[in-house]
Amino acid sequence: MALETTALYRKRVRTNRLALVLSILAMVIGMGFLAWILAVLLYKGFGALSLTLFTASTPAPGSEGGLANAILGSAAMVGVATFIATPIGILAGVYLSEFGRRGWLAPTTRFINDILLSAPSIVIGVFIYAVYVAQVQHFSGWAGSLALALIAIPVVVRTTENMLNLVPASLREAASALGAPRWKVVLSVVLRAAKAGVLTGILLAIARVSGETAPLLFTALNNQFMSLDLNGPMANLPVVIFQYAMSPYENWNSLAWGGAIIITFGVLCLNILVRTLFRKKI
Amino acid sequence: MQSPTVTTRDMSFSQLRGEPAAVAAQGAEPKIKIRNLDFFYGSFQGLKHINLDIHEGMVTAFIGPSGCGKSTLLRTLNRMYDLYPGQRATGEILLNGRNVLDEGQDVNALRAKVGMVFQKPTPFPMSIYENIAFGVRLYESLSRADMDNRVEWALRKAALWDEVKGKLNQSGLSLSGGQQQRLCIARGVAVKPEVLLLDEPTSALDPISTAKVEELVHELKSEYTIAIVTHNMQQAARVSDYTAYMYLGELVEFGLTDEIFIKPKRKETEDYITGRFG
Repeated sequence: MALETTALYRKRVRTNRLALVLSILAMVIGMGFLAWILAVLLYKGFGALSLTLFTASTPAPGSEGGLANAILGSAAMVGVATFIATPIGILAGVYLSEFGRRGWLAPTTRFINDILLSAPSIVIGVFIYAVYVAQVQHFSGWAGSLALALIAIPVVVRTTENMLNLVPASLREAASALGAPRWKVVLSVVLRAAKAGVLTGILLAIARVSGETAPLLFTALNNQFMSLDLNGPMANLPVVIFQYAMSPYENWNSLAWGGAIIITFGVLCLNILVRTLFRKKI
Repeated sequence: MQSPTVTTRDMSFSQLRGEPAAVAAQGAEPKIKIRNLDFFYGSFQGLKHINLDIHEGMVTAFIGPSGCGKSTLLRTLNRMYDLYPGQRATGEILLNGRNVLDEGQDVNALRAKVGMVFQKPTPFPMSIYENIAFGVRLYESLSRADMDNRVEWALRKAALWDEVKGKLNQSGLSLSGGQQQRLCIARGVAVKPEVLLLDEPTSALDPISTAKVEELVHELKSEYTIAIVTHNMQQAARVSDYTAYMYLGELVEFGLTDEIFIKPKRKETEDYITGRFG
């Protein structure tokens, strides 16, 4: 009897088809919503894009303006947060993956880091408000940066550890076999082998924090005017979007859509840039 | 597998290679003396009372079925096992008369003297040039010109120079498997160790690359003491002066390769060599 005609074979073909249909369905649902979000964003936001968006500050009710101060404020705070979070996150990830093989410190750190990773961002905002903003009695860009850094650190720690764990043990052995001390093995060989992955982790963290609104409400608040003073309240895209999207003024609504599209494409461009920069390197 | 007729061959392997037959180095102090070596993976004993001499300027091959402890033995010689908690060795491994298992032994200094090449090629994620320079920089600060010379010297030793001289700045990962393995050998040779440990260096390579690596072992043995683990009996016969047959963590028979392959003293050794194992 030919193989194609047996009952068992036909059953296998049916099961295969069913599994394929189900997984395609799941993919379509997931991608469908993503496409929908992007379509609405493009439709509403594209009209709001103009040069004044990048040159003028946020307007008072009834007047025209742009988002320049919010873009600058967001960039400054995300930049400072990344600057704080990257070294701490990478070093902690290196410890967890390379040095914390024995003892209780690494498992405990990993556990706490996982809790931080899933902590609601509003809790982080309230925390910084309590320990920093309430102490110095004013909102500030520094407080906002700190809150964002606290959100970014666990992301960087987790991805760094995962990426270093993917580096084969044979590579570490080979470097150790030459007599290289441990720190040299980690720095020159293991981290270098995992470079692309670690960078992706930093990018993920940047993407994550550039859209955070809740922690900034309590810390950086907002600022109507152009300001690069991290010691005072600072304008930022997420909070401006939050306030303008719910306002009754039409031009504010439109600015909110413009801000949303700037964040989305900013993160997208950063991703593409870093990926192309580091794809071909050793 | 080796055919039984080999046991009746009346020429020794070293004669077939056109060399004077290796003779037991009597009187000369062995490079490495292993005495009552036991090795444990946690509570499992991987090596049992190993006693063995590795002679200077000779190639010593370790053969035996998978899991017999030959790689473990090799990894005790440069204390590679130190990287993993729960693994420990007791007994003595005397290198130039000093016990390398001593607590006070600086493992990095030991590994500078005892280099190792692994089963799978493991080029570092850097250029061909940097792959070689990495190890050298650990011990010597050379001028740019001296480093260039050293890199060329090491690559020539590993018979790789002609293939890579025009692309030293390309990634080590861009080479073929056989070239990568020779790069790893060059990397090991570049730091000028006294002993070179080869852990199944050709098991991932095609026959042509294998032949090149075997030639290399031949070239290198005049200056280095070499220990090689191999699953390939013909390879052991081709490249080694001494052979150790191991089984279940014990050293069953050790002697001149010619004697082990032509008239082994133990029945188990003969069975393994002739493929009648198990």
